[in-house]
Amino acid sequence: MVRLWRTPLDLDAVQRPRGKVFFIPARCKGCELCITYCPKNALALSDKLNEKGYHLPEFADPDACVACGLCEMICPEFAVYVEEVTEEAKSDE
Amino acid sequence: MTQLAQREIAETHPRDVLLRQDRLPHIWCPGCGLGIALNCFLGALMKSGLDLKKVAVVSGIGCAGRVAGYINLDSFHTTHGRAIPFATGLKLANPELKVVVFSGDGDLIAIGGNHFIHAARRNMDITVICVNNFNYGMTGGQLGPTTPTTAFTTTSPYGNREHPFNIPYLAAGSGAVYVARWTTLHVRRLERSMIEALQKKGFALVEVISPCPTLYGRRNKMPTGVEEMEYYRRKSVIRHGADPRDVEIRYEGEIVVGKFVDVEKPTFIDLLPNDNR
Repeated sequence: MVRLWRTPLDLDAVQRPRGKVFFIPARCKGCELCITYCPKNALALSDKLNEKGYHLPEFADPDACVACGLCEMICPEFAVYVEEVTEEAKSDE
Repeated sequence: MTQLAQREIAETHPRDVLLRQDRLPHIWCPGCGLGIALNCFLGALMKSGLDLKKVAVVSGIGCAGRVAGYINLDSFHTTHGRAIPFATGLKLANPELKVVVFSGDGDLIAIGGNHFIHAARRNMDITVICVNNFNYGMTGGQLGPTTPTTAFTTTSPYGNREHPFNIPYLAAGSGAVYVARWTTLHVRRLERSMIEALQKKGFALVEVISPCPTLYGRRNKMPTGVEEMEYYRRKSVIRHGADPRDVEIRYEGEIVVGKFVDVEKPTFIDLLPNDNR
């Protein structure tokens, strides 16, 4: 949780966005850009390998993700994307 | 946990509608910035509001020349250095098209250098995206016209003894109406700049500084894509409206990024007599 120096007036109204990261393992080449530049450190390198032998990233900290989409934009392989998790979807689970 | 991991695996990507999926994964090395530049370009195309049926992408030869083969639009892979003349012909034959040249520094600035300056001088209404990775990547990492002085490449094992081209200055001096430079780390700004360049009337240039870890980075103490991106993060300075004369890239020096030129000027087609348009 971010520490605030004053409580914002609309703290109750504003919802922190949540995201879910999806991977396409066959395309990943293990460059680790998504892991390095995730501002919330939600991704980590896993032990799993894909068919080409590259270590895949994993969605290690789902609670940290704010669906900023930086991993999706910085992935050179079109192998990562983010979907924002809405309130309805969360209540379905 | 395994079940959760299973659910995170997908088959298609949101950008796949503009990609030739049968050709993926692409041939670029792990950590290469070309995929990021292409990703930003596809994002810019989607957000620019252009009619994608009237967009044509032209590439030359080289690693960046592969882009035309991956985009699922009207795309053309032309001979070495001749992407801009091909695009000029395309635009003059069908002025309704939005013609984009997506190529590398070796193709546009070295072999196609003369075409580049003359298209900028004429103010041809094309958008040029020049991916600069400081060397000839596809042929084995040779010294190119944009290699910084004292940098090491395959053909300059004791350090480069030449002065590099300053691409924004070259374009601005030749008469380009829009000149911007970003690195592949500045993904959002790069995408916004590409949207502006696509919507600009006239010769618009976006230079993308991109890592080449396999060939350039490995010889210059940055052997992975992450390390090269880290160099951009430490050394890039955003300076909008900077004089293009001052934005030369020196070896291990700072990289000035931003939008340098944005002016209005009649294009080549505007200056044609009415019955020739």
